[in-house]
Amino acid sequence: MLELKNISKSFGDKVILNNLNLEVKDGEILCIVGQSGGGKTTLLRCISGLEKIDGGQILIDGQVFDPYTNENNDSVIGVVFQEYNLFPHLTVLQNVTLAPTMVLKKKKEIAENEAKNLLNGLALEGKEGLYPFQLSGGQKQRVAIARALAMKPQILCYDEPTSALDPGLTATVKDIVLNLKKEGMTQIIVTHDMDFAEEIADNILKVKPLGY
Amino acid sequence: MNYVLEVLPSLLDGAKMTLQIFCWTLIGSLPLGLIVGLALISRFRLLKAILRFYVWLMRGTPLLLQLIFVFYGLPLVGLTLGRFDAALFAFILNYTAYFAEIFRGGLQSIDKGQYESAKVLRLTYWQTIRKIVTPQVVKIVLPSIGNEVINLVKDSSLVYVIGIGDLLRAGNVATSRDVTLVPLVMVGVVYLVMTAVLTFILRKLEQYYSYWK
Repeated sequence: MLELKNISKSFGDKVILNNLNLEVKDGEILCIVGQSGGGKTTLLRCISGLEKIDGGQILIDGQVFDPYTNENNDSVIGVVFQEYNLFPHLTVLQNVTLAPTMVLKKKKEIAENEAKNLLNGLALEGKEGLYPFQLSGGQKQRVAIARALAMKPQILCYDEPTSALDPGLTATVKDIVLNLKKEGMTQIIVTHDMDFAEEIADNILKVKPLGY
Repeated sequence: MNYVLEVLPSLLDGAKMTLQIFCWTLIGSLPLGLIVGLALISRFRLLKAILRFYVWLMRGTPLLLQLIFVFYGLPLVGLTLGRFDAALFAFILNYTAYFAEIFRGGLQSIDKGQYESAKVLRLTYWQTIRKIVTPQVVKIVLPSIGNEVINLVKDSSLVYVIGIGDLLRAGNVATSRDVTLVPLVMVGVVYLVMTAVLTFILRKLEQYYSYWK
């Protein structure tokens, strides 16, 4: 279970998050919705350790956890970025196996087998040798999901997973998210697509911009 | 023709020296340039200020002057270098500054998202630099680096000022001895051959890196 207690975050004078409390139970899907500038992405970046929180605590299974300085080898949080941020100079397979081999010190063959299983499960069989520029947007996103899953995170975060895709592909994202839920993955999804959020979320958190 | 064959060995001897200076300067200044480039975009303000001063000094004064200072000036403060070492020292110092600026530009053009991806995958800083950033930077900076590499071949002729016998000096010696311009024409041809080979290698390198976009 992920708990956020009294999380605060400001950029200069601008308060983005003010004493925010939040609970995500294992296997749940939380959608964070709200208008632009409301701090959705900032909250996600705090949870995933890309921003340092100014105050408050993040707890995982009751243990205080600082994602910003997380240096132990327990994979906790995976992130699928809005722009996917794949590594352009690496093949699909290398994108997925890089961190497992370098960080988790997995053997190359083992990492590649696991990666192939993940890629097959995301309808990417046969794409292992391609480079990101040869993929469509939806395919890039699925590679990004596979890359995050390869680190076996407890929680998977998505930043606006539907915003850069053709409308028809939203259903695919929904299927992927719900399949992962069946496997017990805890997921946090930032989106401005209210319909999408209502269809998949167990809980919805609405954030709105705070005053200056 | 006989004359050409007669002076060729001494010119090739000089060319050997030119190539030695060329190779050792690249071996020294390319990695150093990358490191200084990284430092130039780091958060250490004092280090950045010092390195910016260094870059300004190196790019702001003639390489010829720097050579003279290293060879004739450093002994005054107790550091005496041989001719060849002094030349390498000055060239590496100078070219590191140029390469550092090129690498800085390349590093700054890498999307922040690449670092963030690496961070959430928990790659360390050096793993990120080695596996993610450097390969992308190399592709970006290759044309500019190539320019400097070609320049270096010709800049190496400046070592005559501290008495090193390189290609140009060999040609000069032959020209004043035999009162003919033929050796200097040959010198020009040898430089052209060297830069042609480099241009070819650089083009191949750029082609190699075109497998991704």
